[in-house]
Amino acid sequence: MTPTTEPRGLQRFAVLTAVATLFLISVGGMVTSHGAGMAVPDWPNTYGYNMFFFPFSSWIGGIFYEHSHRLAGSFVGLLTLIQAAWFYGKRSRPVLKWIGAALLLGGIVVALTSPKQWQDAVVIHASGAVALAAGFFWPRSEPQPLWLRRLALLALGLVILQGVLGGLRVTLFKDEIGIFHATLAQLFFVLAGALALFTSRTWRRTGEEAKPCPHATNLRSLYAAVSALVLVQLILGATMRHQHAGLAVPDFPLAYGKLWPATDAAAVAGYNRARLETTAMNDITSTQIVVHMAHRLTAVAVALAIGACWWLTRRKLAAGHPLRRATCLWLALVLAQFTLGAWTVWSNKAADVATLHVVIGALTLLTGAMLTLLAFRCLPRFRELPEALQISPQSQRI
Amino acid sequence: MRTLSVILTATTLAAALPATFAGDITGKITLKGTPPANPEVKDLAADVNCGKLVTEKVFMPFYVVGSGGELADVFVTIKDMSGKSTGASAEPAVIDQKGCQYHPYVSAMQTKQTLLVKNSDPLLHNVNITPTPGSGNKPANQAQLQGGPDLKFTFDAPEKFMRFKCDVHGWMFAYVCVVDHPFFAVSGKDGTFKIKDVPLGKYTIEATHRKAGTVTKEVEVKDGAANLDLTFEVK
Repeated sequence: MTPTTEPRGLQRFAVLTAVATLFLISVGGMVTSHGAGMAVPDWPNTYGYNMFFFPFSSWIGGIFYEHSHRLAGSFVGLLTLIQAAWFYGKRSRPVLKWIGAALLLGGIVVALTSPKQWQDAVVIHASGAVALAAGFFWPRSEPQPLWLRRLALLALGLVILQGVLGGLRVTLFKDEIGIFHATLAQLFFVLAGALALFTSRTWRRTGEEAKPCPHATNLRSLYAAVSALVLVQLILGATMRHQHAGLAVPDFPLAYGKLWPATDAAAVAGYNRARLETTAMNDITSTQIVVHMAHRLTAVAVALAIGACWWLTRRKLAAGHPLRRATCLWLALVLAQFTLGAWTVWSNKAADVATLHVVIGALTLLTGAMLTLLAFRCLPRFRELPEALQISPQSQRI
Repeated sequence: MRTLSVILTATTLAAALPATFAGDITGKITLKGTPPANPEVKDLAADVNCGKLVTEKVFMPFYVVGSGGELADVFVTIKDMSGKSTGASAEPAVIDQKGCQYHPYVSAMQTKQTLLVKNSDPLLHNVNITPTPGSGNKPANQAQLQGGPDLKFTFDAPEKFMRFKCDVHGWMFAYVCVVDHPFFAVSGKDGTFKIKDVPLGKYTIEATHRKAGTVTKEVEVKDGAANLDLTFEVK
């Protein structure tokens, strides 16, 4: 009889990957909050060292944040790789063997052609040895359904893309890449959370216990739309942060003492002259002020929208319904996020406050996305979807 | 004998020619009004490594003002002058990183002139140059280890207040003004400046301070010299 992997083990690993991703987002937030994104001028190495050999004594100042972020990114990449292999079960064995052999060969090539890069050769060799060994000892479990396997591969592709984007942001001196890097981080976090959800007992149980609901379509659409609005808000926030101009508007709830600040050239020049920054910041521009104000207005819209979700869910769904609890959490998160946003301004963008604002923003997006997925799962119209979308321990296609 | 006299006269005239057809523009820059207090760089004192190098309190040098209102770090140049760079043959300009601070805070150089960035600290910095987008100068970001060689840079395009910063130590930043002619100066702590060997004629002098703004004034260089005082005002 073919041994199968304990499903709960995979689900717990998916949760671990999602939690590690949140930690990675927080470390990345600290990098931007401390203005340390360029503290390590080279990539993928660190001051000439292979990143795993960089001496701890040199983790000083901004290097500590940027280097920690790179290591955390590598760790999340490793978890995502293991997760993908786990989803593929016994089919991962030959792939791991081939990858291992290729890396071992690659390590030899690097060692012979570039002796000075012996650190890189060691890392490549060690990775190859681990992959090759894993290929022989990987559990012979049955693969997960095709759609789950594809999502796991998508996650692997995205985390690799994230690493490359982070590196290109440094080597190409492009702040715009930082905005995309930050946005993709949020989307990856949602995907990681979704994989944890899809492999959970909660997912299985909500599908089995689904009851007819006349408000299904409205609620599902509402959750999806509000989650999309949260994503827009996060993109605005990422755009603000990756302009590296500090606080474009230094007061709250007013803006330079007004409901809407002046944005003409003379006024903006005055804002820059009056600002006495103690860290290197780009000059404030009128565009940044407009984006900042858009972020404030969208925050109000998001808070009201999530409040509407909470209220409508309480009205439409019976007491004890899991979605009611989820909307309560969503509302609590957005209220905390609103407070943190104000606090970020009042604290003159203190690094820890601004970073916590990023983290709660990520959790707000994740909660909305999970709520949306659960709504599609436990409200009856989901049952009209093809059987292949329902989780099963058996693989669906060869 | 007569030939020798002619030669001596010609030599004397040739030596006097530059002084006759060029002069120095000198002056003093003052600040009127009370500027905001320079903020203290608390992160420097709190840094494990930099805090050991500097024991006194450090303040951001936004306004360096003498007891008589003398204003330092004002970039002074001739407005609308261009295309006369002698940077390729000029002595290198120098910026130093010492005590986890850039010295000087504001400096100036010509296009094609070499800029040397030194690291006099017993720890590493990175030198991140962030030109204004569209200026024509290229960004750069180089590591500079303790005891490492001086970094060399040249710039092809004029630019005011191009920023240099260290991302390892976020409070470290300085500005370099690049012009494509040799007629510029940066005022010292006594507020004085000197622009040397300016050809005779009328000019508009432009003086820019990072926070106090820009002041312009007409000047005429004649009889080998010109003097003008400039006043900035903060309200």
